[in-house]
Amino acid sequence: MSAHMSPDTVLKVENLTVWFPLRRSIVDVIRRKPRRYVHAVDGIDFEIQRGETFCLVGESGCGKTTTGKAILRLVDIYAGHVYYKPAKETIAELEAMGVDVIDGEIVDIAAVPLKKMKPLRRELQMIYQDPFGSLNPRFKIKEILEEPLLVHGVGETPDEREEYVIKALESVKLIPPEDFMNRFPHQLSGGQRQRVAVARAMMLNPQLIVADEPVSMLDVSIRAEILELMMELKQSRNLTYVFITHDLAVARYICDRIAVMYLGKIVEIAKATELIENPLHPYTKALIAAIPEPDPSNKAKLREVPIKGEVPSAVLIPPGCRFHPRCLPYEAEKASLENLCPVHVPPLVEVEEDHYVACWLYDKVRQSAGL
Amino acid sequence: MPLLEVKNLKTYYYTLRGVVKAVDDVSFTLEKGEVLGLAGESGCGKSTVAWSLLGMPPSPGRIAGGHIYLHDDEAGETYDIANMAEEELRSKVRWRKISMVFQGAMNALTPVHRVGDQIAEPLILHAGMTKEEAMNRVVELLNMVGLDDTIAMRYPHELSGGQKQRVVIAMALALDPDIVIADEPTTALDVVVQAQILNLMKELQWKKKRSIILITHDLSIIAELADKVAIMYAGKIVEIGPSSEIFNNPQHPYTQLLLKAIPRLRGPIDKLAYIPGTPPDLMSPPPGCRFYPRCPYAMDVCMREEPEMVEVGKDHYVACWLHSKR
Repeated sequence: MSAHMSPDTVLKVENLTVWFPLRRSIVDVIRRKPRRYVHAVDGIDFEIQRGETFCLVGESGCGKTTTGKAILRLVDIYAGHVYYKPAKETIAELEAMGVDVIDGEIVDIAAVPLKKMKPLRRELQMIYQDPFGSLNPRFKIKEILEEPLLVHGVGETPDEREEYVIKALESVKLIPPEDFMNRFPHQLSGGQRQRVAVARAMMLNPQLIVADEPVSMLDVSIRAEILELMMELKQSRNLTYVFITHDLAVARYICDRIAVMYLGKIVEIAKATELIENPLHPYTKALIAAIPEPDPSNKAKLREVPIKGEVPSAVLIPPGCRFHPRCLPYEAEKASLENLCPVHVPPLVEVEEDHYVACWLYDKVRQSAGL
Repeated sequence: MPLLEVKNLKTYYYTLRGVVKAVDDVSFTLEKGEVLGLAGESGCGKSTVAWSLLGMPPSPGRIAGGHIYLHDDEAGETYDIANMAEEELRSKVRWRKISMVFQGAMNALTPVHRVGDQIAEPLILHAGMTKEEAMNRVVELLNMVGLDDTIAMRYPHELSGGQKQRVVIAMALALDPDIVIADEPTTALDVVVQAQILNLMKELQWKKKRSIILITHDLSIIAELADKVAIMYAGKIVEIGPSSEIFNNPQHPYTQLLLKAIPRLRGPIDKLAYIPGTPPDLMSPPPGCRFYPRCPYAMDVCMREEPEMVEVGKDHYVACWLHSKR
């Protein structure tokens, strides 16, 4: 456990835990029952390289969005660290505010007081899923894009700010910008709106962008257009993306590495193609088997998805490996796995080169835990 | 004689700002036991087609023209849903002959009644069953969709998304209709649950030779189920044909581009295609082919005249000037 990061690493998440407290009823308080929590993110670790597109994939409720929000400190972090390397100027600003800086270049986002997050917010931006909900309907496009400049005091005169806005609109190919500046969000199509959301995230020259399902609300025919735009901007501005999606097929096209989440834990991390062609965790296997493909020969057969039951509640997480009640390999070899899977939590271990998995079925995982 | 024959159907929305031609001259047929996939992007009119088939386009929409012939084997009659009195529609067609799994229906279950009572209600009111008969049928229906009897006693909030979707499907099957319309039946579900629901629909179809009209924007889901596929764009069917033809040998530029835009899980990673531009405003659609402003092959004739449907293969029709003899 340390803040040490290799030179290329821009973000290192260590034991990140986000629990949401449930309200206790008066009866529970009188009976002195302990407070219960939704274990949205339950101790996860990963590192992201500069310039990488890192994907968090999983079903709804697995904690992928909460992870993304925790990186930006948009939710309260219960435990753990989010080490991040800001730009030089930001470091100086943070030090002047009295924020702890480790080794002169790293800050722990989880430990920065909320009031001192502002310099970091310039560098960390988010793109939301719903371009209908994420843009203020009463603001003109110009005002939407100007807002971050005003908040952070960028651009001294209105003319200067307008210039920034025009440049931003051009960069997301809303051309000619003058046409779009004075429109309201409802006058734009879904794809155009999502471009505005992308432009807004880029206004302050960020380093790291968390994109939460940025294309899943859009029609198939324009999804690729937005993805391409995001990739172009990444190239030209040397950005790092945390890309959150439920769609492994989309992830395959744009991500360098994929982390699969299940019920608040990362169960597998690997390079995108490796993960899809050679999944190791039983959950990843089921997820991949379940994805329909545009191939009419599928019609004749049922799709076999090697998984049983349903996702348990994030309040009462199964002991040991949280996937074991749904795991078919566990059921098949219950006798030999009975004192492993339901008892011990499997660590995330590198079992093949750059391929990490948290599953007791693999010898290397057992060896690393000494079981 | 086909079970359902839709001829030149026009459903328009009469809004204060003008007439929106959401469904404009749509024709297709559906045989007994056939699964028709109706695909298209948001706003192309696919859901409006579905509502029209039940004779209840959402207000301010009205069926403005065309016919929807439904053949009733038992009664030996043919109804025209487009020109039928509401009373007759309700007693003879709706839910008995054609039922629908509405988009987002699983979130429209009443939170204050048990699931079993909700399924039983139409059985008691429409089929005239006693409460006991209805409850027996409810159990039968729940088993049919892969749920156990105890679900009948539960409230919707106690069920998962997949279970709720199964309940809604059970409701659509309650009066044993010939045709079930499923409007985006898996859109709000996770992939694993989606695969389970699609399997259920396959099994239900295989067992009872029911006809299904599957409406979705997701061509992958259509491929899982459909025998025949119709691609809609801006209120019109631009291509219709057997599923294998549409997926392996698409002829309309729109279909071709749409298929290229789907990210795939296997095979080489090509650059994903996209279709520049946006669909036209259906209040004043462009003259000629509605796709020409976005079409890479647009010619002069496309912006002047509307293309007719031409047969390019067995049962495979395309409305595109590239294939019309001129």
